[in-house]
Amino acid sequence: MKNKAMSAAVVAGAVATALAGMSASIPAHAQAKEKCYGVSLKGKNDCKAGPGTTCAGTSTVDYQGNAWTLVPKGDCVKFGVDGGDFSLPDGRKGSLSELDRDLPEA
Amino acid sequence: MPASRGFSDTFGDALLSANVPVPEGVVGPDGQPAPKRFNVYRNNVVVSLCEAMAATYPAIQNLVGEEYFTALAREFVTQHPPTSAVMLWYGGDFPSFIDAFPPLADYPYLGDVARLEWSWLVSYHSADAAPLDPAVLGSLPTEELPEARFQAHPATQLLSSLWPIHTLVEANRFSVGSNKPVDMASGEAVLVTRPDVDVALTALRAGGDVFFKALLDGEALGSAASMALEANEGFDLSENLADALKTGAFAALM
Repeated sequence: MKNKAMSAAVVAGAVATALAGMSASIPAHAQAKEKCYGVSLKGKNDCKAGPGTTCAGTSTVDYQGNAWTLVPKGDCVKFGVDGGDFSLPDGRKGSLSELDRDLPEA
Repeated sequence: MPASRGFSDTFGDALLSANVPVPEGVVGPDGQPAPKRFNVYRNNVVVSLCEAMAATYPAIQNLVGEEYFTALAREFVTQHPPTSAVMLWYGGDFPSFIDAFPPLADYPYLGDVARLEWSWLVSYHSADAAPLDPAVLGSLPTEELPEARFQAHPATQLLSSLWPIHTLVEANRFSVGSNKPVDMASGEAVLVTRPDVDVALTALRAGGDVFFKALLDGEALGSAASMALEANEGFDLSENLADALKTGAFAALM
């Protein structure tokens, strides 16, 4: 069978179906994000990016104050204030700037 | 060996090989040769390069175990010292080194697992670009759609393997300890994208490997779809297009 060309109508139908399925869910990358300090579990901070980067030494304690995680814009200040997914132990709160709590021992 | 090898070449050779004697001129405060001091430095160089390898290849480290990985990385580091001062590009030769490493001949999937981890790093460090807005594709008139060609997003990479590399990397890097079953007989093709700040690994559907390869090679949408359908009759164009748009694999129409 030689390369049978697909008809324009078939392609258009597939494009329409694909687009219809997309509008239901906003792609994750369309959401604005912000850096939130002091909320990541150890080793789970977002700045780990392989060797040679400024924070290759990834966080070593839970809720480390100078390690950050990207969260949807506006969510950072909810950490430690709202419950559920946003709850943090012992009165900790998320912060948009670096914190000096929970730093690993030198 | 060039005749005019200077001190830095001799020094560099001695750093990566424990059998080479301490270079002449390396002395302590007393003016005597300082083999202990040199060995401390030699060890630091090798260990830090091994740590860089572990940071780039966590799934390999998990698959072979920490102890084996350290020995493997040591072997690699001494045979493939860095050729650039930019550390974040170090280790690209590791997948082919693994393929050719005789003791690992019984684990033929490791090389492709390492290739996927390297692609993750390359994608992470690629240039930023906004992904194609789906509305742009939607606004094309019907008769022009089969002729639409896509420009790849700078961070996009495609990897096809005879092995289930997506499942292996997921299980050994991103959800360690999840004990998901792996069917070693099923190959996987993976689309690596970074539409924003996070790298995404997407396992492609039936025919997706042919479809995305054709689009990335600059084929028009209609012929890429025909090629994928010919290669795999289970190919579904709308689902694959949705993957293309959701993952941000493309930056624009050409």
